[in-house]
Amino acid sequence: MKKTYLSLLVDNHEGVLTRLSSLFVQRGFNIDSLTVSATNDETLSRVTIATSGDEEEIKQIVNQTKKLFEYEGIFEIDPHDSLIRELLLVKVACDSSNRSDLLEISGIYKAKIIDVSVGSIVFEVTGKPAKLDSYIENLKDYCILEMCRTGATALQRGDVKLSK
Amino acid sequence: MKLNGSEILVKVLLENEVDTVFGYPGGAVLNIYDALYKNQDKIKHYTTAHEQGASHAADGYARATGKTGVVLATSGPGATNLVTGIATAYMDSVPMVAITGNVGIPLIGRDSFQEVYITGITLPITKHNFVVRKIEDLADTLRQAFKIAISGRPGPVLVDIPKDITAAVTEYEPHPKQIPEKNPVFKLTDFDEIVDVINNAQKPVIFFGGGVKNSNAGKVIERIIKKADIPATHTMMASGVLRYDMPENLGLLGMHGSVAANKTVSQADVVIAVGSRFSDRVALAPSKFAPNAKLIQIDIDQSEIDKNVKTDYHIVGEAEEVLTKLEERINENKHDDWFKQINEFKKTIAYTEGDDKLHPKKVMDIISELAGEDGLYVTDVGQHQMWAAQYLHHVKAENFLTSGGLGTMGYGYGAAIGAQIGTGRKPVFHITGDGSFHMNMNEACTAASYNLPVISVCLNNSALGMVRQWQKMFYGKRYSQSEPDRKTNYVKVAEGFGLKGYSCKTEDEFRAAVEDAMKCGGPAWIECIIDREENVLPMIPNGGTVDDMICE
Repeated sequence: MKKTYLSLLVDNHEGVLTRLSSLFVQRGFNIDSLTVSATNDETLSRVTIATSGDEEEIKQIVNQTKKLFEYEGIFEIDPHDSLIRELLLVKVACDSSNRSDLLEISGIYKAKIIDVSVGSIVFEVTGKPAKLDSYIENLKDYCILEMCRTGATALQRGDVKLSK
Repeated sequence: MKLNGSEILVKVLLENEVDTVFGYPGGAVLNIYDALYKNQDKIKHYTTAHEQGASHAADGYARATGKTGVVLATSGPGATNLVTGIATAYMDSVPMVAITGNVGIPLIGRDSFQEVYITGITLPITKHNFVVRKIEDLADTLRQAFKIAISGRPGPVLVDIPKDITAAVTEYEPHPKQIPEKNPVFKLTDFDEIVDVINNAQKPVIFFGGGVKNSNAGKVIERIIKKADIPATHTMMASGVLRYDMPENLGLLGMHGSVAANKTVSQADVVIAVGSRFSDRVALAPSKFAPNAKLIQIDIDQSEIDKNVKTDYHIVGEAEEVLTKLEERINENKHDDWFKQINEFKKTIAYTEGDDKLHPKKVMDIISELAGEDGLYVTDVGQHQMWAAQYLHHVKAENFLTSGGLGTMGYGYGAAIGAQIGTGRKPVFHITGDGSFHMNMNEACTAASYNLPVISVCLNNSALGMVRQWQKMFYGKRYSQSEPDRKTNYVKVAEGFGLKGYSCKTEDEFRAAVEDAMKCGGPAWIECIIDREENVLPMIPNGGTVDDMICE
């Protein structure tokens, strides 16, 4: 399914994330991930929304979001002209029989080993969400003990700037 | 000038020309009520039986006067009792400021006595809500609440004030009254195509909703109708925008709309929708709404464009501003053939006449006749509401108050009280059914305390009529829980509350009761015993089209 990324600027007020998520749940929008982060302007937060909704739904997400009191700006991120990144931490069970295969696959994805235990390794991978999906797909023959994804965060390339 | 939080609240209310507040006192708002006591010459507070009644009263006050309704409640249950009233106002875009007390800041989050997270609860039913955590923020927060409530598409705003904030002291500086933010700006070039489409239409129709009422665009709609010779139909929220007897006014559209209105829209080649959100009670089958028409949508709220029904053209703007520009640009026109066709669509729904019994239409006719053209009507929700929408003689938009979006049974009494207080109209007719009336009939004590001329006309069919009608039509007459065997003696209950009570079985009795109640000039209840087999007709079943219309 086609994914769309929206970048949203909101006032850095308490409860703004609650308001956003309440809105999305109430209206039944298909939100795949949502990340909130600080920006270079301390009064603002930047929210990156990944959605697999269709064109009509995206229009509704944008228009309903614009009605929020804390709304400061929103735009759809052009996937061809943007930097979309996500971070994955994954803990995979392994022993001497499959460790080298696991390391080989992980090497292809430039996964960083950040912890090693007797029976498992924790990898850190950053990249486009599709790359993370693909890595996880390739781990399906292994036993994933735990994993955690941050959700996508994104910036437009070039000199454009999302501001109030 | 140094003032405490409660005094600042009063000052900001006065800044915004609020002279009427509805509410109910309690522990967390004791300081506020103390300030109201000291300012009772400037702000009149009306205490209701229940906070829900107060919230509906603020809503009715706002709808009838066009001013912002203000309601005040204590923390915990006081605040939660407002919820239905706030949601009602939200769904019907009514400007309201709800102020709730809360426990003091050190007690918040500790499950303290009468503590509730009301801003969390009201998140999806307010335009915005606030918790005031610093006394320095109080005045500006309240001002902002008033501004948000009246800007763009109006709606309710809640401000939650912890008790210690109502006692804390800070510097107060007076501000002018809040004015709405500027309406969305539209470009004149947006009209080019739309004007062509309208000028070239053979079978155009205007369909308008509550947005037209909110922006007082009735006059300009009327001029467009005359200039371009276009028929018009409306949602329940816009009843009264056009006179009931205007020939181009086809009446209500949708589930219980007129045959003519529904057929006209289904056959139109151009539909101009103004200030309506194409709700499921109007566009019952959204994909089949006006299937042959180019759809033009005008709405102040961008998020309403294409939300329920996909349109071909749209303009985001305030109805009155947009229509005024449109009026200048469209041609004078004649659509004689179209009107001839529409006249053939017109079909009167047969109703029993000639016997001595009370029939719903007859009740509405008599009320219309005795109330005259200035009659102010407030309904509850159900069959009586539809009969009131269909048969009362509406002449002014602000004279018909009803819960359209949320469909709140129990809305009527509180709203009628608020509308009466706001307008001073004598009397205000509260039209209700025995189901809705039982929900909030306790507000009789409010009508009695303040001696408000609110006449409650209760159409009693000893059933939850609308539920029963659906069960009759679609559930094989299995009347599950829709025939409560209540023993209420309305005359005695009315008298017990200190009101006049009447019970009528015939037209003559009803006419005499209304005349007597109007003469007495105080609050009254009039029970009308009607047949429970009376249906609201016509009716298009859920998800249906005009082809599925049931007329008998």
